[in-house]
Amino acid sequence: MNTSEKLIALKTLFVKEILRFARIWIQTILPPVITVALYFVIFGNLIGSQLDDIKGYRYIDFIVPGLIMMSVITNSYANVVSSFYSSKFQKHIEEMLVSPMPNYIIVWGFVSGGIARGIIVGLAVTLVATFFTDIQFHNLPLLVLVTLLTCILFALAGLINGIFANSFDDISIIPTFVLTPLTYLGGIFYSIDMLPEFWRNLSFANPILYMVDTFRTSMLGIKDIDTTISLAIIITFVIILYAVALRLLQKGIGIRT
Amino acid sequence: MNTSAPALEIKNLTKRYRNDVLALDGISFHVNRGDFYALLGPNGAGKSTTIGIICSLINKTAGEVNIYGKNIDYEFAEAKKMIGLVPQEFNFNSFEPIAEIVANQAGYYGIALAEARQRAEHVLNKLGLWEKKTDTPRQLSGGMKRRLMIARALVHDPQLLILDEPTAGVDIEIRRSMWKLLQDLNDDGRTIILTTHYLEEAEYLCKNVGIINQGKIIIDTSMRLLLDQLKKETFIFYLRDPLANIPRLDHGDTHKIDERTIEVTPNEHCTLNDIFTDLSQQNIAIVSMRNKANRLEELFIDLVMS
Repeated sequence: MNTSEKLIALKTLFVKEILRFARIWIQTILPPVITVALYFVIFGNLIGSQLDDIKGYRYIDFIVPGLIMMSVITNSYANVVSSFYSSKFQKHIEEMLVSPMPNYIIVWGFVSGGIARGIIVGLAVTLVATFFTDIQFHNLPLLVLVTLLTCILFALAGLINGIFANSFDDISIIPTFVLTPLTYLGGIFYSIDMLPEFWRNLSFANPILYMVDTFRTSMLGIKDIDTTISLAIIITFVIILYAVALRLLQKGIGIRT
Repeated sequence: MNTSAPALEIKNLTKRYRNDVLALDGISFHVNRGDFYALLGPNGAGKSTTIGIICSLINKTAGEVNIYGKNIDYEFAEAKKMIGLVPQEFNFNSFEPIAEIVANQAGYYGIALAEARQRAEHVLNKLGLWEKKTDTPRQLSGGMKRRLMIARALVHDPQLLILDEPTAGVDIEIRRSMWKLLQDLNDDGRTIILTTHYLEEAEYLCKNVGIINQGKIIIDTSMRLLLDQLKKETFIFYLRDPLANIPRLDHGDTHKIDERTIEVTPNEHCTLNDIFTDLSQQNIAIVSMRNKANRLEELFIDLVMS
């Protein structure tokens, strides 16, 4: 395939993925928006109004970036893991496997769908947030960069989960028992400066902390961690997960006999 | 493109699964351009494994596969562009409209959207499915789903069409219409490889045949030569008038089924003309006749059982 043909194949997969989650928007777009709106009402307005400011910001202003990032993370992951596993389960992954598409186009096709859903849900949640707080964009290019990298990272993680999954249970285990705890402990609702030293040091092992913190930096201009270090860690994870996902597809793990 | 290379060339193809089952034991065969080739064998013989390897759905253990001279390992994209696969099991996205399924398949081959849509319309029209273009596969009957799989396999205009039991579970009317379609596709110059358990289908459609058993090719020849190996064939004759006794024939053995039906097995090297002569000499009038069993089926059972 020449470059133009590869781009057409990638675009086909990208559009197919967008149409897939758009067809079921009541399951894919609406729930995270409602969930985050409840967070804003309960943690932001009701409980948050009783709490002190954090780093000079009202509690609700402080948690908005983390809640947007939480939606981006869970949706970019969920989109790819469910789409890839469904295509394995219904065997229509074979449509791609018999075609001349190289494996990296298949990877980017699914990842691009995860990016699209992560960004659309992120924008919807941001829109909801405007009803509760004044949204600020301290550093827009950084915001775009960290959002994109986070979407890619978790779309790749979802793809790897989908490759190994053998049942619908397998695609919910990682989000439930790994992703959700790491997200909640990733500094969405607090600054790690508020933690005792042991827990603060332990938090540095949580990759989601770097994404939430960098995203908060891009919106509010406050940070717990140096942004360069955070970006370097996120990019390293993206590279590692991409290499793993591509290798798994090349070896046919979970998709070829 | 190498213009002299066969449509499909398989050399020493081996597949050993992780559970140590040897599905293919170094098979070699080729299919010429424009051929209509039957790949037959009992369940578990290795037919679907062979097709899976050709189409990159199964990793091979060893061996070589070339499509129109293009090696599937080293000239991956060029080789795959020439193959269209109609798999045994339905493998659609159940929620996608069928026009999208077919147009997307074209997109995976690098065909731009406008042309992909045109091609989808063309093949769906050809297969009588265009009116259902907004339906999802769940809304189609079994026969329509089979036709949709053929439409999807044809959308990128492959030179080699591989059909893995395409008529399994469809009624006789649809089967006949699919036979006509496949013959037309073959007449257009497309090479077709067919696996089927309906041996009359293979006999009716295919020019050449390979029989695979326990991972080995045991026959690779023309359908005509294979059928010529059949030494004895039995026919059922339906008679106009009732018979009191079993007629004795000079050129064959007879067996009475009922008073208006007899079974005749011509002697070796005797023709049906000889049998008709014997019968007419005894004033026995024949209304109609048929083969007792499908000829290929008899041979197939002999070959596989031995």
